[in-house]
Amino acid sequence: MNWDFTNAAELLRLCSENDMPVSEVMIRREMQLGGRRRKVVIDRIDENLRIMNTAVERPIVEPVRSMGGLLGGEASKLSKLDESKAICGPVIHRAIINALAVAETNASMGVIVAAPTAGSAGVLPAVLMSMYESYDISIEALRCGLINAGAIGYIITRNGSVSGAEAGCQAEVGSASAMAASAIVEIMGGTPEQCCDAASIALSNLLGLACDPVRGLVEVPCQTRNTMGAVGAYTAAELALAEVGPHIPLDEMIQITYDVGRALPESLRETAKGGCAVAPSLCAECSREAAWQKARALM
Amino acid sequence: MASNYIGLFDVIGPVMVGPSSSHTSGAATIAWMARQIFSGIPVKAVFTLYGSFAETYKGHGTDRALIGGMLGYKSYDLRIRDAYEQARSNGLEVEFVVDKETSVSHPNTVDIVMTGEDGHTLLIRGESVGGGRVRIRRLNDIEVDFNGEYSTMIIGHQDVTGTVAYITACLAEEAVNVATLKLFREGKGKKAVTVVETDSTVSEELKEKILRYETVTSVDLIEI
Repeated sequence: MNWDFTNAAELLRLCSENDMPVSEVMIRREMQLGGRRRKVVIDRIDENLRIMNTAVERPIVEPVRSMGGLLGGEASKLSKLDESKAICGPVIHRAIINALAVAETNASMGVIVAAPTAGSAGVLPAVLMSMYESYDISIEALRCGLINAGAIGYIITRNGSVSGAEAGCQAEVGSASAMAASAIVEIMGGTPEQCCDAASIALSNLLGLACDPVRGLVEVPCQTRNTMGAVGAYTAAELALAEVGPHIPLDEMIQITYDVGRALPESLRETAKGGCAVAPSLCAECSREAAWQKARALM
Repeated sequence: MASNYIGLFDVIGPVMVGPSSSHTSGAATIAWMARQIFSGIPVKAVFTLYGSFAETYKGHGTDRALIGGMLGYKSYDLRIRDAYEQARSNGLEVEFVVDKETSVSHPNTVDIVMTGEDGHTLLIRGESVGGGRVRIRRLNDIEVDFNGEYSTMIIGHQDVTGTVAYITACLAEEAVNVATLKLFREGKGKKAVTVVETDSTVSEELKEKILRYETVTSVDLIEI
């Protein structure tokens, strides 16, 4: 039996022929291609879940300042928000705290799991840990969710891009959001088709998102973009579970995202030359440039 | 373990010290590889940063990652955060040169010049090519190209007929399968570097055996 697949259509065929969820096909692929035993794969996934959990928890109790100095303490601040003002409800509230926290851990040189990248590392932990805290979900289900996310991330990496420099933030936070959306669907008992639909919706909702880091750092707007990736994943999963359609098939959506990414101007692909990166109030470089221009105009 | 497919842990991973897979994790890996290739313990390392590394290294902790890698820390080792203190207590002198003028073929490029206790030096040029993956592009004056994703043996030798045949014969004797073998040289008959990527680990005995060949000057192993 060949467990390898190259796109979502092939993944769905393997799922239906063997009556398996996405995570089971993915774990068998990993065992086959990597020559690893199931336990080895599971142990490593559990280790990654633990690292994600630590990255979520620490900044809430122990805020740290980021390397670039633009971040620090956001997760803790949000966790102290008066309950009457937490309008998103407990699950989403938790998810956005978690996303802020992982981004803070990352920006302050803490240990994170790049999933699929460091800049988008907050999305999956945000979703998985908020589900775990808010619902009666087993560790096994959480583990399946993360493996499921790996399958979607692999298909995007293979056929599209997860690099902000190549295809914008839609390739980073967008991909992470698609992975998380699919993970939620499997955890909630949805079908493999619904998993792919959720991923497709999440990608389409973030289509065209620029990668525009202020001062070129993985700080602003990356941190809050992670919160949006997590919330978008919840939305997409719920839409897919209700079979609200029509959906663009995931393989098509990955190609579309890739094409749009490459059509983005260079200034919006991690170069810090456009978008939020040139916000005068945050960008010292641009302020200096603006000051120069003003000075020149006066000469 | 050789990775020639995109696996689960390429996507859910790497586990790394933030904030950037290319500017932090990749930088640490380049320096870590440089440390493996360098014979002996470096007492000094000079890092010359080019391109995007030169522009944004501080905010990405590229400097700490490079020092950490040079101290033998992998890219997920939290000691990278305190790399300057670690360097001091380990007797490693470090220096950073920011070069925004020289044009390089890849935006995330670093040159590392290491000096050993006995004064011998080695220059390595590395590129961080995305997602934490790296390529080594220069060893002293010789242009090379390898990424350390396989078990890698780096053999310094004179470009003399029979050297590569001897190396492959030694590997065959120990049943080590060659994935790739590339020879890079300064010029015909001059200094050369052969980089052999193998499917299994090369033993110390095998390394010593290759080192005994008369045209071979150095053998270094990288195991990621």
